[in-house]
Amino acid sequence: MDGDLGLWGVPLAIFAGAIRVSTPFLFVSLGECITEKAGRINLGLEGTLVFGAMAGYAISYNTGSPWLGVLAAALAGSLFGVLHGLICSLPKVNDVAVGIALMLLGTGLAFFFGKPYIQPKAPILPGFDLSFGLLPPRLAEAATINPLFLIGLAAAPILAWGFRNTRTGLVVRMVGDSGDAAKAVGIAAMPVRVAATAAGGFFAGIGGAFLSLYYPGSWNEALSSGQGLMAVALVIFARWNPVACVWAAFVFGGAGALGPALQSVGVTQGYYLFNAAPYLLTLVIMAVMCSRKQSLAGMPAELGIAR
Amino acid sequence: MAAVAETSGEAASPTRGAWALDRDRLGAIAEAIAIPLIALLAGAALFALFMLATGYDPVEVYALIWAGGFGSSFSWSNTLLRAAPLLLTALYTAVPARLGLVVIGNEGALVLGGVAAAGIGFALAGAPAAVAIVAMGLAGMLAGGIWVALAGALRHFRGVNETISSLLLSYLAIALMNHLVEGPLRDPASLNKPSTGHIGDGFMLGALPGTDIHVGLAIGIVVCLICHVLIRHTRTGFAMRVVGGNPAAARLAGLGVGPLLIGACFLGGAAAGLAGMIEVAAVHGRANASLAVGYGYTGILVAFLARHNALAIVPVAILLGGIGASSGLLQRRLDLPDASVLVLQGLLFVAILASETLRGRLRPYFSGR
Amino acid sequence: MDAQFLIGRRQLLKSGVALGAATALGSPGAFAQGKAPVIGFIYVGPKDDYGYNQAHAEGAAALKKAGFKVLEEEKVPETVAVEKSMESMINLDGATLMFPTSFGYFDPHMLKLAAKYPKIEFRHCGGLWNEAKHAKNTGSYFGYIDECQYLNGVVAGHTSKSGKLGFIAAKPIPQVLRNINAFTLGAKSVNPKATTQVIFTGDWAFPVKEAEGTNSLIDQGVDVLTCHVDSPKVVVETAERRGAFTCGYHANQAPLAPKGYLTGAEWNWSKVYLDFANAMKAGKTPGNFVRGGLKEGFVKTSAYGPAVSEAARKQADAIKAEMMSKGFVIFKGPLKDNKGNEVIAGGKALGQTDLALESMNYLIDGVVGAIG
Repeated sequence: MDGDLGLWGVPLAIFAGAIRVSTPFLFVSLGECITEKAGRINLGLEGTLVFGAMAGYAISYNTGSPWLGVLAAALAGSLFGVLHGLICSLPKVNDVAVGIALMLLGTGLAFFFGKPYIQPKAPILPGFDLSFGLLPPRLAEAATINPLFLIGLAAAPILAWGFRNTRTGLVVRMVGDSGDAAKAVGIAAMPVRVAATAAGGFFAGIGGAFLSLYYPGSWNEALSSGQGLMAVALVIFARWNPVACVWAAFVFGGAGALGPALQSVGVTQGYYLFNAAPYLLTLVIMAVMCSRKQSLAGMPAELGIAR
Repeated sequence: MAAVAETSGEAASPTRGAWALDRDRLGAIAEAIAIPLIALLAGAALFALFMLATGYDPVEVYALIWAGGFGSSFSWSNTLLRAAPLLLTALYTAVPARLGLVVIGNEGALVLGGVAAAGIGFALAGAPAAVAIVAMGLAGMLAGGIWVALAGALRHFRGVNETISSLLLSYLAIALMNHLVEGPLRDPASLNKPSTGHIGDGFMLGALPGTDIHVGLAIGIVVCLICHVLIRHTRTGFAMRVVGGNPAAARLAGLGVGPLLIGACFLGGAAAGLAGMIEVAAVHGRANASLAVGYGYTGILVAFLARHNALAIVPVAILLGGIGASSGLLQRRLDLPDASVLVLQGLLFVAILASETLRGRLRPYFSGR
Repeated sequence: MDAQFLIGRRQLLKSGVALGAATALGSPGAFAQGKAPVIGFIYVGPKDDYGYNQAHAEGAAALKKAGFKVLEEEKVPETVAVEKSMESMINLDGATLMFPTSFGYFDPHMLKLAAKYPKIEFRHCGGLWNEAKHAKNTGSYFGYIDECQYLNGVVAGHTSKSGKLGFIAAKPIPQVLRNINAFTLGAKSVNPKATTQVIFTGDWAFPVKEAEGTNSLIDQGVDVLTCHVDSPKVVVETAERRGAFTCGYHANQAPLAPKGYLTGAEWNWSKVYLDFANAMKAGKTPGNFVRGGLKEGFVKTSAYGPAVSEAARKQADAIKAEMMSKGFVIFKGPLKDNKGNEVIAGGKALGQTDLALESMNYLIDGVVGAIG
């Protein structure tokens, strides 16, 4: 029988799971990376993710096109980003707190408008078999990849390059490092930060659409289990480097797939603790990587998270 | 983060006359009351527009919120019962906020406090009720407090952002609770709802005389008062506010920032842990997954709406308790989705935060300058 | 609904009751007997979840269709909130018959409220009512859905090529374990070597873990899956995409998996709720301890999907016929758990009504996985 992978199935399942589970992390962390580079932190991306998931599914159901759904999710995400960006541009308003508020609002709106879409079956995004029939079916499944994952993979180095080599990238970094310095050379920080937060929301919306339109590929109210929030922590882990976000997202996805993978070979003891692995991993990594004395390499100096 | 901590009249210049000082203070107080009121009205108006836009009658909606939350003695008892845990979970966020910290793992501290209290209560079977109840309260406070103190310590010693770490700790606490009530602490007789053993009717907290509201409401109000006195009228509280205003200056002045920071986190966590103990000792009699029903998350909202003022938490918790109490009526009478309450809460939250920007701008009008 | 009320009035007038009394319609306890109850439903999750809550909401819809006044609230947590929701339905909307449908609503919440409102009837979905301990205005109802899971197992055993079956479960509680074991026994009756691999997600609704669990099991060679989570939608859809077969649970998920859906275990709460409501309407006290399986119409199976073989249909139908007529014993000795301990002695048969089954705390031989 071709099938019995036995214990070898565990690393395979973790690998395949990492690809499946990591995409939302990747998109949200890339988005947050852009926002934080400009000196703002947006914890509201969790709400954006959930709203994006709902909007994507609803539009896909109503138009029959999952790609229109992705677009709608991205646009809705940008709107939330603009809202966050504008409110935080008012003097004395705290960006972390506004993020928490928008998390609540985004989730509430998604649940409010999402009721009629829990039951219907919407068309979802296709997956590509990258093994081209060369692998046995079960392994081929692990190599079946959603185009969004590839887009995310491609976006990371492009963003990294863009931050370093384009004028826009330079402006964003400058605003993030010192609003005053930017002002001195005639760049207003506010519109740049609003645009960066909108771009962050754009990515987070796509991350949400991935959840509802590919994996698990269905809209319901329990869809997100804090992926949007963990992705914010992941940006610190990746030290504001978009390429490192890819690896970070992959590690988190793998940690998320650990519990079910172990159970599928009969290790069921303490599954709550296995399922909590991504949270523990994030915490440990942050504790190890942060430092009391100096700020982290690569961290935008204006970031509220640093203080 | 200084924007989160309250800066009231203390900053007034001592060179002015006593009369001027009074006017300044009055202005500050009037502003401190006016800004949240304006924000609440703005949030409510936004929700009314949202209801109109989605085809509901806002007048009808607000009438039902009033009826369901405050319109009758039954509604009031419903509201106050829902407000009780919020008083304590709000302190979780409000106390560390005085130092400029934003901690939001309220749910986890409540849950762990509940498990610890249930474990102790079960183990002390046969002990005098007073001893057991005090022990359960202490266990709950310790469990919740230590859990959050971890976030404070990570912040102080490793510079880890406390908002994210407290939330991650909260997820871990909920996983740990599930593990414990389904594994080591499970009562085999709790069949289809895995729970710890029942603490016994003798250890249960009763209702307030003449009502069916458990004493958790009174405990919550008393703890809010204690926290208010602590922050407003003690040296420790003063030191906390100084750190919240300017940590670097506080260090220069020789204040131990670390102990204050970790201590404030402990205090906040202890309050949420006590809320967990009360859920066990006044409602369920055991610890189980029903501890995690969102009191912690609503507590974050209460703390921010009250602008981290321990006294203001009381009316805000009652307001949100009332909104929660009317949710069922909205579902039944108008066929509104249950999430409409979330939307209302979200709009109020956003409005309150945005209103921070009015700070100091209204004061001149109130002090007549 | 209007028709119902008209008849009510006409009867009132005929029987010579003063016209003024008709305006009292709607206040609880106004009539000693023969009054249509106002019925309150409380759901723990969203009522359109394609699963547990939807099954109950369909029952509520049947009551509405039959002309009863129905009140519903969804996403009510198992804490004081449910007490107050029920109390609000009673005080503000005149509910006289309450159905709190989630297991955790019973103790202490429903019991507390039943003591406070002795004239209101409370019926709880679960198996907990005990005549010696609980008040007369309370009661419980439940269905032996493990009968359908056994039939699921029979069909799965016929359909599986690898002999490896999968079960995505929320928590290791007796109800869930009973379903896992019944499913496995059904499969083993066809293929004694069949095994069921279990994945516990830890939560009644945890879509990403449910999808991951489904994929992991299929990676391990599992080719037929079923589940016991609040909403089977994700499991069924994920399996369909990977070309695996599924047996449904709670409600009919056939539209979600036109190719791979074999059959399913469905609740038929409409019947139960109509019985309760009609009893009250006729002035009788609704039953306190109500339960039943296929025979009583409390549960039903989904129609067979296209992938079910003729042999599987025949065998499953034969067993179903046996369950419908004289009763069929699923759990009988000798039966070992998957650690090798004997859990039911040889020669002993536990019928469906046996209370020992309601505290099941083991996985039988053939199930891969552990509790805890």
